[in-house]
Amino acid sequence: MGKLFAVVVVVIAIASAVPIVMHTWAPPVDISTHGHAIDEQLKDTMVEAGISFLGAQLILAFFVWQVAGRKDGPIKTFPGGARVMVIAAILLVGTEILALGVLGQKAWADVYFTPAKPNALQVQAQAGQFAFYFRYPGVDGKFGALHPDKIDEGNSNFFGLDPEHDMDSRDDVVTGELAIPVNREVHLLMHAKDVGHSFYVRELRIQQDFVPGLDLSVHFTATQTGRYEIVCTQLCGLGHYNMRAYLSVLSPDDFDKWMKEKAAQ
Amino acid sequence: MSIKQTSMVAALLMVCPALMFGAGTVKGKVTFTGTPVKQKPIDMSKEPSCAKQYPTPPTTQTIVTGEGDTLENVVVYISAGAPDETTAPTQAVTFEQKGCRYMPHVLAMRVNQELKVVNSDQTSHNIHPLAKVNREWNKSQPPGTPPLSEKFDKEEFISVKCNVHPWMRGYFAVLKTSHYDVSKDNGSFTLPNLPPGKYTLTAWHEDYGTQTADVTIAGSETKNVNFAFKAKAF
Repeated sequence: MGKLFAVVVVVIAIASAVPIVMHTWAPPVDISTHGHAIDEQLKDTMVEAGISFLGAQLILAFFVWQVAGRKDGPIKTFPGGARVMVIAAILLVGTEILALGVLGQKAWADVYFTPAKPNALQVQAQAGQFAFYFRYPGVDGKFGALHPDKIDEGNSNFFGLDPEHDMDSRDDVVTGELAIPVNREVHLLMHAKDVGHSFYVRELRIQQDFVPGLDLSVHFTATQTGRYEIVCTQLCGLGHYNMRAYLSVLSPDDFDKWMKEKAAQ
Repeated sequence: MSIKQTSMVAALLMVCPALMFGAGTVKGKVTFTGTPVKQKPIDMSKEPSCAKQYPTPPTTQTIVTGEGDTLENVVVYISAGAPDETTAPTQAVTFEQKGCRYMPHVLAMRVNQELKVVNSDQTSHNIHPLAKVNREWNKSQPPGTPPLSEKFDKEEFISVKCNVHPWMRGYFAVLKTSHYDVSKDNGSFTLPNLPPGKYTLTAWHEDYGTQTADVTIAGSETKNVNFAFKAKAF
């Protein structure tokens, strides 16, 4: 019976590794300039974790096979003692985490420790239950100030602008979809209106939380035109499942046209 | 007297004042002066099942105007002079969620009158009347579910929003009187069957506030009362 269990463990371990090794489930297409680094990192993690997983399962099966059918009671001590095992585990796991951190720091730093280029397109993103809204500064290049008391969603004033007194806000363009030009860096300035939310676009390889009270930002460059889904990936309440928007990556000409249309409204 | 006779006498007694003195009508128009703020198109891109119902995006409905500077969605009602009516009508009023908008945008009803909320969309809605005097509630309504039934037991103007679709906005006017109307797209309103008396008429608009006018009905006559609101540029 014990030997059969050892065989089952080996079979399950190998069977679950096969689809990963065969790339049965391909990741969505990558449309960003930094995405390849994220994909590399995920691949490294998968290989490393996969080897550890297979190794652990095979060792488990080996020991089960060894002690199967043993007559003289349970084993009381681990070979080499508990101290050796703990030190070995710390060294192994520590090396693993450290290696992944060192290998991954470039992908992380490119997004988080490098500022956006000065000519990046600035777009503000606001997350609120249960929709995203985006704001472009308009022809003056300046965002109007925000006045939370002026928020009036029934009148499409989602950000709380004050066009009556604030000239900067008069040409601000507010939309429900995020349109960006292809191959131009975008600096997304993010804030939450109520609770925590998250901005996730699979194809952009970006997932960044909105945290109430914090002004956060990400920057990225999209390399392929198309329409992609933006979803909230932070459970934010009853309508979370329906909190989404669309990202339109447009050619520079189409983007200019789109912007003119929106500004005229 | 048989029950039939009794009820006939009762009915006669009830219509007596109207028969004796005639019933008056107040008619009029709601207009605005100045330039109202431009209504913005609603971006429904996050809800494709609603967005596709419109060839061009619909606009917000805060200020709905008609030809000749008329103003729609103004609730005109008798705010003083008529006795409070305690029995609610048996017929329900319907508030529909369609194309991710509220139909009608402004719904007038009586205190304790049944309100039916219908979801005609392929998406879930969560209707949330922001009541302050009445009990506040919000109810989720997945597509295909039967209408919700609710009522309000106090007089109040209530702003209504959807917790799922931030752009959705409507209003309930819960009134104690049966003498009310909501101005049509040509700004007109009619309050018929008014017994003789001195009344105060109030016109309520969600953005422009309220105006009042006094009117005296002497017999079976039609009085004209018009309201003109000052439009705000922002």
